[in-house]
Amino acid sequence: MSDMEEGRVLPQSVQQSAAAYEVVREAFGPAVSDFDANEFMPFFEVLETEKWQDIALFMRDHPRLKFNYMACLSGVDYPAEEKLGIVCNLESLGVLGHRIAVKVKCARNGGSIPTASYVWHTANWHEREAFDMFGMQFTGHPDPRRILCPEDWEGFPLRKDYAVQESYHGIKVPY
Amino acid sequence: MQELGMAEQGSIRVSRKDNNVVVIEKDLATEEMVLSMGPQHPSTHGVLKLECLTDGEVVTSAEPYLGYLHRCFEKHCEMVDYPGIVPYTDRMDYLAGMNNEWAYCIAVEKLLDIEIPRRVEFIRVIVSELNRIASHLVAIGTYAIDLGAFTPFLFCFRDREHILSLLEWASGARMLYNYIWIGGVAFDLPADFIKRVSEFVDYFRPKAVELCKLLTENEIFVKRTKGIGIMPPDVAINYGWSGPMLRGSGVQWDLRRNDPYSVYPELDFKVPVPDGRFSDIGDCLSRHIVRALEMEESLSIIEQCISKMPGSEGFNPRSAVPKRVRPKAGEVYGRAENPRGELGFYIQSDGKSTRPLRCKARSSCFVNLSAMKDLSRGQLIPDLVAIIGSIDIVLGEVDR
Repeated sequence: MSDMEEGRVLPQSVQQSAAAYEVVREAFGPAVSDFDANEFMPFFEVLETEKWQDIALFMRDHPRLKFNYMACLSGVDYPAEEKLGIVCNLESLGVLGHRIAVKVKCARNGGSIPTASYVWHTANWHEREAFDMFGMQFTGHPDPRRILCPEDWEGFPLRKDYAVQESYHGIKVPY
Repeated sequence: MQELGMAEQGSIRVSRKDNNVVVIEKDLATEEMVLSMGPQHPSTHGVLKLECLTDGEVVTSAEPYLGYLHRCFEKHCEMVDYPGIVPYTDRMDYLAGMNNEWAYCIAVEKLLDIEIPRRVEFIRVIVSELNRIASHLVAIGTYAIDLGAFTPFLFCFRDREHILSLLEWASGARMLYNYIWIGGVAFDLPADFIKRVSEFVDYFRPKAVELCKLLTENEIFVKRTKGIGIMPPDVAINYGWSGPMLRGSGVQWDLRRNDPYSVYPELDFKVPVPDGRFSDIGDCLSRHIVRALEMEESLSIIEQCISKMPGSEGFNPRSAVPKRVRPKAGEVYGRAENPRGELGFYIQSDGKSTRPLRCKARSSCFVNLSAMKDLSRGQLIPDLVAIIGSIDIVLGEVDR
């Protein structure tokens, strides 16, 4: 990235993330975007969404990556790009100690992302939560239900254009 | 259902189901029964519903249903300013408000890139370690109640009361503090506060030992918890467990040590993990022991902070608090070690607004609870209570 060319010394943790990214880049080439070496949360994006599951498994099992711990998976709405996405914060806990974030995006209407819950068990509930709040589908998810909202709730609350329903089982909702 | 080789001996039939549960059927055909535990069940520590499939006394599957306390914290975050979110974080894990506020402030401060005064850091460590002890006392006390021991509960709540009084003195509130602000704390510690804290440390040390004698070494308690709900370390990591749950499985992982923040690198403390002499590593008893030992470590952290803390001359607790919190565009994932594990905040800022574009709370209980289905498979119904208790859930944080 341009940051490195300017000669700014990156913090050690970002350098480690960059090294880990290079391994992924080597294996998957154009399926992943360039590395964003900001110091808050260095990340890369998966451009070919359907390859996310392979990349996830690769990142977990490759001896130089060993991202065995998914700290967080957050759903995000990008209304300007007409997209929904997830941000995964991965870490190699107790093995190599490096961290990286991965973004995966899909279309806003009817989009889907391959599930990572067979790679990291913890992704199961996180993905259910992301579906509950944003409405993207996770293909192959073992238990694709809402988790926090009731089953018959209408709409996806964390979308930027969400309008709350008028009544729920005869109870007035907006207050 | 797959029949095992040695099946059909007289009237006994042994079979194995898809999910690896061995079912032994005698004379009478047994049927699976759906047993709904909760939402209003004392051992679920709030409003959690477990839909258990039972085969006699054996639980073949327990599916948690959440959301009874869901308030959509994350939606509220998009409607208030950054400092206005701090009181909301108190209401997530209401037993450890200080730790929650701190985790949130760490995330925002990372994004703002501001320097925190040294005394503020020590104040934060002291109040959140006090809060950690209070939280573990509730965890241990209510766990004892789940397993039928009433006295430790009273002991725990008696001692917790001292901590709540101290925190009330500092912040004005007993549980929902709003004390740690972005860039500082709301008030300096009151005069003599430090003296009272060190009195409390001296008072509590022998009480922690007493609690161990009364509960941790109690034979009935050990029989109920030892070897129950064993979680191997690699599966625990795969499930994203953190905090005492992960350490109970023998993984020496503590964010205060492994991803240090604030003044923790200067402080000397141990990260207790079970050694397998007293408990089976990864079982309910291990998780309990980790909590019991952590309280003593917190006491020593507090003592060190008291001796290292800079004086209050010319100190303004709000000197680094920004007038208007408007971070530059970017994303951050900030986290801290809570009594229940890693509490993380993913915050996205657009650089223009004083409100976050997205604020996701990675709740430790939520993640720890997600292993419930696997953990409970093949356990007895009374052991299910022991397992939920050992996860130490706070539904306010699970549901947010």
